[in-house]
Amino acid sequence: MNSMTSGTRAGSRNATSAFDAGGATPVLRVSGLEVTYYTDLGRAKALDDVSFALSAGEKLGMVGESGSGKSTMALAMMRMIKPPGRIEGGSVFIDDTDLMAMTEDEMRQARLSKIAYIPQGAMNSLNPVTRIGAQMVDAIKSHSARQSRSAIEDRCVHALRSVDLDPSVFRMYAHELSGGMKQRVCIAIGILLEPKVIIADEPTSALDVVTQRQVMETIDRVQDQINAAVILIGHDMGLMAQFVDKVAVMYAGRLVEVSAVRDMFTAPNHPYSKALISSLPNLDNKGVFQGIPGLAPSLLRLPSGCAFHPRCEFAMERCSVERPEPQNLEEGRLVTCHLFDEEASQ
Amino acid sequence: MTHLLELNSVSKVYHRGLINAKANVALRDISLTLSEDEPTILTVAGESGSGKTTLAMLLLGFITPTTGQIIYRGQNITSLRGKDRLAYRREVQAVFQDPFAVFNPFYTVDHLLSVPIKRFKLAKNKTDARNRMEEALTAVGLRPEDVLGRFPHQLSGGQRQRINVARALLLKPRLLIADEPVSMVDASLRANILETLRNLQRDHGVSIIYITHDLTTAYHIARSIVVLYRGGVMEAGDVDAVIKDPQHPYTKLLVDSIPWPNLNQRWGETPIIARDDSATGSGCPFRSRCPSAMDICATRPPLFQTGEMQAAACYLYDKKPEVVAEKLTQLLPV
Repeated sequence: MNSMTSGTRAGSRNATSAFDAGGATPVLRVSGLEVTYYTDLGRAKALDDVSFALSAGEKLGMVGESGSGKSTMALAMMRMIKPPGRIEGGSVFIDDTDLMAMTEDEMRQARLSKIAYIPQGAMNSLNPVTRIGAQMVDAIKSHSARQSRSAIEDRCVHALRSVDLDPSVFRMYAHELSGGMKQRVCIAIGILLEPKVIIADEPTSALDVVTQRQVMETIDRVQDQINAAVILIGHDMGLMAQFVDKVAVMYAGRLVEVSAVRDMFTAPNHPYSKALISSLPNLDNKGVFQGIPGLAPSLLRLPSGCAFHPRCEFAMERCSVERPEPQNLEEGRLVTCHLFDEEASQ
Repeated sequence: MTHLLELNSVSKVYHRGLINAKANVALRDISLTLSEDEPTILTVAGESGSGKTTLAMLLLGFITPTTGQIIYRGQNITSLRGKDRLAYRREVQAVFQDPFAVFNPFYTVDHLLSVPIKRFKLAKNKTDARNRMEEALTAVGLRPEDVLGRFPHQLSGGQRQRINVARALLLKPRLLIADEPVSMVDASLRANILETLRNLQRDHGVSIIYITHDLTTAYHIARSIVVLYRGGVMEAGDVDAVIKDPQHPYTKLLVDSIPWPNLNQRWGETPIIARDDSATGSGCPFRSRCPSAMDICATRPPLFQTGEMQAAACYLYDKKPEVVAEKLTQLLPV
């Protein structure tokens, strides 16, 4: 891939360094990641200069409206962006290796063993005509072919047990399982090789609340076992409140805020995060419906300056002219908004 | 008091297989009434397989009940013919789950909205039709000039779902069956659609049956709730009472599992017992997962009145007065 240009801007370099300061050495460091889709109607920048870091055992929630770039983010980190999309720049370091600099073969080996992806809609991600066991064995064999058949099977059964599934699932087909069980099979496959980073893309969007809680508790437990970093993608803020340690808010392909979950819910910084938090239903505000006015912008025709300014109640003159850069605030928080220009420069 | 809709012990059984035929009870003995005079929002909640979509299909007349009757304004809906059937089709409208799948991609929004106008002869002429369309779109909070003349793919999910509501509204329905209308819409747009639905009930006098698995939105929009589990009513009553103080072990589990966006309100600690679909037969359908199951649960529990406006089908409350199924509606506030 010839796209490994140094697309990192000054702003994003600052952003990465601030996260390094947060105690433990991060296991995952993403910096300046950019993805563009080349469509007939023009170029759509689906991911623009995204940088963040994550330590082992940490859980990051990634929220945003549909089209904000959440799933593109996950696919870019797995290097699974298909044409007309292209990764235009940036790096994704896991420990000391840059996924973006790997050859295609190395990347194949890295998927599942270093970074695993639990897809959205488990209903459709399992092969309907082969047994669950065969799909799991396949995954291990393609990474380490030299293991004995029984050792591989033991490993699969162990993975199934750790997601609370009966070992008999090994011999079953996908259609014999319920939605929650299928999703847990996907998690079992995801943790087979004990990856450092697990990306779960809306893992429970098709499940009811009880099954959802069961699946999330499973992810929580297996994460503890293998001490992985988890990125949970979704738009359900309730789920984020219950599950993650910090929340990243995306808007039109950019990270607009990253904050610890408590800060995000009690004192969000970015106006978009504020609107998102106040639109949440709660037990106390029955019958109050507060949506976010306006519509998400099309990536093909982004507003000038800050992409959120047409919907922002705090918009100033410069917001429509000058694009805000990500800024680091205290306590490892990041915000991309002109309202914080002075605070950051102090 | 006349009834808009009356369900008399409606059951729906699906049969599977030819030789070793297995019966699957999707809905068991549901009795409900909606009053004609006071429009209300009633939530039917339950997980997948609870029978909530079967109920929607029955109410819309797409399938017929195995036993029991559905009476719409005094007439059994399975025997409606001709003009009456057309009136029923117009007065009972639906909004479905997936706003991306319900539109024909080749037609513009104008066409989508003018089909029902022509079908039911609602307008005298073209200008009248146009005015009606614009009126309906404005009522759901859309600007007609934003959406008319455009194709579905040019609109967002929230816009499409509101066009669905507008299409229903155009027909001046008396009853709207909303089957998971917001589950596929972005969280930030959910509030708008729910508000639209509530205004429909408040300002246009439309009764709404809101079918969902999401108790958070149910709590915000509805007055009363019926909780289904594997085809049977587990708990019913005033939505505030049921969600803030659930009585049935199943409702407790459901409420305990709601991910509230509140850091001080954590998920419950009660372990979840996996669902066992093979356990069928008589008795409480929840007993294989119930932490407080007793021997008596092998027979099906009737509804007991646990509070002023609340009833639960559970033997834990067998000291309380029993509620006859037909009387359940009296516990549902409007």
